[in-house]
Amino acid sequence: MAQSPTAQVPTTEIDDDPDGRARFDELIAADSRIEPRDWMPAAYRKNLVRQISQHAHSEIIGMQPEANWISRAPSLKRKAILMAKVQDEAGHGLYLYSAAQTLGTPRDEMFQALVDGRARYSSIFNYPTLGWADMGAIGWLVDGAAICNQVPLCRASYGPYARAMVRICKEESFHQRQGFEILLELMHGTPAQRAMAQDAVDRWYAPSLMMFGPPDEESVNSQQSMAWNIKRFSNDDLRQRFVDMLVPQAEALGVTLPDPDLRFDEATGHWAYGELDWHEFQEVLGGRGPCNTQRLAHRRAAFEDGAWVREAAAAYARKQADAAEQAA
Amino acid sequence: MTRADPHGEVIVDRLSLADEIVGGGEEAATADAAEYALWLGDDALVLAQCLGWWISRGPELEEDMALANIALDLLGHARSLLSHAGTADGRTEDDLAYWRDEREFRCAQLAELPNGDYAHTLVRQLAFAVFQVELYDRLQESSDATLAAIAAKAAKEVAYHREHSTEWFRRLALGTDDSRRRLLTALEHVWPYVGDLFRDEPLLDRLEGVAVRPSTLRAPFDQAMGALAAETGIELPDPDLARGGGRHGIHTEHLGLLLAELQVLARAHPGATW
Repeated sequence: MAQSPTAQVPTTEIDDDPDGRARFDELIAADSRIEPRDWMPAAYRKNLVRQISQHAHSEIIGMQPEANWISRAPSLKRKAILMAKVQDEAGHGLYLYSAAQTLGTPRDEMFQALVDGRARYSSIFNYPTLGWADMGAIGWLVDGAAICNQVPLCRASYGPYARAMVRICKEESFHQRQGFEILLELMHGTPAQRAMAQDAVDRWYAPSLMMFGPPDEESVNSQQSMAWNIKRFSNDDLRQRFVDMLVPQAEALGVTLPDPDLRFDEATGHWAYGELDWHEFQEVLGGRGPCNTQRLAHRRAAFEDGAWVREAAAAYARKQADAAEQAA
Repeated sequence: MTRADPHGEVIVDRLSLADEIVGGGEEAATADAAEYALWLGDDALVLAQCLGWWISRGPELEEDMALANIALDLLGHARSLLSHAGTADGRTEDDLAYWRDEREFRCAQLAELPNGDYAHTLVRQLAFAVFQVELYDRLQESSDATLAAIAAKAAKEVAYHREHSTEWFRRLALGTDDSRRRLLTALEHVWPYVGDLFRDEPLLDRLEGVAVRPSTLRAPFDQAMGALAAETGIELPDPDLARGGGRHGIHTEHLGLLLAELQVLARAHPGATW
């Protein structure tokens, strides 16, 4: 599975501290929160840094497909909403990097791992946004899937992560409504607008279902994460919940979900869905999606082109501090 | 109107000036006041369009957020100003933003200069922010109640923009040799267009008490910029070198491309709503 974004997590704790472990186990058993100063197993810390930094990277890379349409948004109202949304994603990235930093990994190190291609981010952002309706489909499907994934994380055992997720989920649900509203407006519009909306749903539906990760029997990190109360529901359970939520919403929109096998199963009370193309998922995960190279190059260019600005700010801050010291 | 929590500044519904602006929005603008509102609205719209490019490309995440914030404020000002301008002849903010051609735009050429590197964007933004702080401070006394109300709201926001740009000007001027060199290059490219902001046009003679005469903003602008330049040891280039003409619809080569991108989708679907 994913390589840790940070090769060396500073693990100051001794991994066989019996008192610390007993306390940790007690907190987990009581479903309480682990805080930064608590003892924690090195593997728990490493797992969290992996998950939180991947999540942060996903927010940052996820800005690109939507930023692609800011300049062309078809009304000033839509432009303002889209700008605010992409700005929120930068904010989410910041909260998450801060949460990961409480585990002892500096933001620069995580950023460097991302631009070096050593860190993972959600594969969904390796798909292109080919039309305006993609802004609707991303909001409705991608943010919708993200919410299903993230709401349970508001109860994750690591305090700073859980608290960051509370803030993020509030904003995500606003984004999802906006996405739905974009599609709704298009579906009430001209034939060209309706076709645009259906085309976007056709392209984003299956990738959004794959956002929950591989089927349970193939998910490497899931079991341990569930034991540690980081993850609360399995990939397949969350995916099912998402499909059940989408079907009536698709009907309200008047769009067709592109799955000929989709049918209501009386026995389970859930919507059964067709086989997903996990080969496609592995291809994108392996770097061979439509935009992997482009997304990383964009992030690397921003990071490298901005280096002189960050250096100037750091040099100025040092000079100010020196001057203040001399004056004192 | 619906305000979208948690985006206090974002107007989600079609802009209703009467709701948005306390104390204004009832009376239609006169043709001359509308023309003046286009000057200011187009400055804000074109700047917002330029700044929007930085979202996902900033030198650090905090700057992605700050530039997005400024762009959102300016877009809000543009929407108010264009909506007000549109009351003169029954056009909406979107009619004006998407369906006017290049020569009908009234932004100053400074607004449409390319983003360049961060120093270019910063210098352009600083000049506008210092100008707009003085402008909106005075425009609050306009006898056009809507313009006065828009100015009252904008004044608080542009004060933050000025603070942001001023602080970055100091960092670039006094940070590293490289940042200072880049700042000087940016000033050389951008500053010649600054003087155009302060030119009085015949329109102003018909807007006594309604508009702020640009020439009267020159002294406070020069004073603020002079102080910052002295503090940082930077020599500002000649601000009156470029020929200008944006208020008459004469633009640089950059505006056509900028508008092509801004308008392409809306124009592909005439009559559609979004």
